Amino acid sequence: MKTGWFLPISLALGLVFLYGPIVSVIVYSFNESTLVTVWGGFSTKWYAALFQDEAILNAAELSLIIAVSSATGALIIGTLSGYVLARFGRFFGRTLFAGMVLAPLVMPEIIMGISMLLLFVGLQDAIGWPARGLETIIIAHITFTTAFVAVVVQSRLVDSDLSIEEAAMDLGARPVQVFFLITLPLMAPALIAGWLLAFSLSLDDLVTTSFVSGPGSTTLPQLIFSKVKLGLNPEINALATVVITIVSIATFVAAVYQSRRRPG
Amino acid sequence: MPGRALVIAAPYLWLALFFLVPFFVVLKISLSTAVVAIPPYEPLIGTADDGSWQLNLHPENYSYLFSDLQYVLAYLGSVRNAAVTALVCLLIGYPMAYCIARASPQWRPALLMLVVMPFWTSFLIRVYAWIGILKQNGLLNNFLIWLGIIHEPLAIMNTQTSVYIGMIYAYLPFMILPLYSTLEKMDISLLEAASDLGARPIRAFLTITLPLSLPGIIAGSLLVFIPAVGEFIIPTLLGGPDTLMIGTVLWNEFFQNRDWPVASTVAVALIVLLVVPMMLLQRAQAEGPEKS
Repeated sequence: MKTGWFLPISLALGLVFLYGPIVSVIVYSFNESTLVTVWGGFSTKWYAALFQDEAILNAAELSLIIAVSSATGALIIGTLSGYVLARFGRFFGRTLFAGMVLAPLVMPEIIMGISMLLLFVGLQDAIGWPARGLETIIIAHITFTTAFVAVVVQSRLVDSDLSIEEAAMDLGARPVQVFFLITLPLMAPALIAGWLLAFSLSLDDLVTTSFVSGPGSTTLPQLIFSKVKLGLNPEINALATVVITIVSIATFVAAVYQSRRRPG
Repeated sequence: MPGRALVIAAPYLWLALFFLVPFFVVLKISLSTAVVAIPPYEPLIGTADDGSWQLNLHPENYSYLFSDLQYVLAYLGSVRNAAVTALVCLLIGYPMAYCIARASPQWRPALLMLVVMPFWTSFLIRVYAWIGILKQNGLLNNFLIWLGIIHEPLAIMNTQTSVYIGMIYAYLPFMILPLYSTLEKMDISLLEAASDLGARPIRAFLTITLPLSLPGIIAGSLLVFIPAVGEFIIPTLLGGPDTLMIGTVLWNEFFQNRDWPVASTVAVALIVLLVVPMMLLQRAQAEGPEKS
């Protein structure tokens, strides 16, 4: 069917709309001028300034520690969740479970932030754990990124052939053996994709983090947010470019793994 | 089988403790009242002067919410902003999704990835980027003046318009994904049949494509609407004094006024608002992509 030029043009314009702002941040991070939107020649001085800024380096280190730990935690819980949803059929409380796994995908972060903080405060009051800071941020990030890992793992398993696992069972493999020898390798691309997505989301999170963090733990997005509220400055553009580069590489690799079809 | 129960129990307990139970804690504290203490709210069960237990319930937070015009306006503003965002995302996203779905199969994954990538790429920074574009002496105004279209810079930044632009921009990929997945599955021969029978393309679109893609339209609109209602970053960075949204109200109650009970009440009211859309979404997704 001929659809003419309307569809390709709207797709092209849409992509310009999606990528234009990102490109503008990257271009202006190489701007010599202190004025953010006036081009004053090419320079990498803002990048040099970035790597001498103690506060930024500390926040970056903290954010990376959080992102790696919470992505790893989300990988474990998300993989189990996705596996249960894809392979376990019906069980008591499945609807509630599916709801809990998937709701964080759309739940406004402001709700998750305040509710988790109030839980942490209540827990600390009752049993003296957890102290607000690194620990609570990691728990919160695991909780909301788990959903993304679960979705990726579940869709991989739903797409893949159950008969290989059944054949292994028929040949006498125990469920644990089937899981580690067949299902886990089958899920591997989804696991890599899920970990990377969780990593990117954690590295970027502002709202939930602001609620559950304690004094003295300032993550990179929190630092960027407080600087942006004070006004634009070219150093943020440089920092934003570094973050975008890291996250883009992670998500690109994730997308490649996610779209890879199962072998055979 | 004990192994099976264990595999279910581990993620179940984690999510119950850190995702489900917190809602009840919020509900509990929304019935409390603020005091100067750590934590800054009155315990629900206290002891009276004579040493007996007493229940400190303060449902007046809820009546306060409905009596104060600021909260009511913030709710209506959030719903309107989210609804307009979903509608405009649909109008922009539909042709984009349709174009990808009609592209040759070897191009589809790459095009889809191009659309999804920005969604994963640093929300905060993508919103920040619009400040440099929309402000008084920003890129857009400079460009339009250079073209000679306008002579005075447009006041877009910190208005309702800049909030809409930011929200449409941030949530567009949410709309395109479900639209694409329904449009991609559509049987193209239906359109050929319609064309053979003499239907003009626009008629074929309205009577075949549009109804068939309805599940995608519903799922996409909900996926945009639900998180957009509680949006905080966009109205804070791009909005102005007239931008009233519930996310910013909750944030201010919590961080500036340190009134945790009222902040919790606002959160409960927001959850109530989202229960129906979230149930609709779960139903749409249960019968949508997994069925085929």
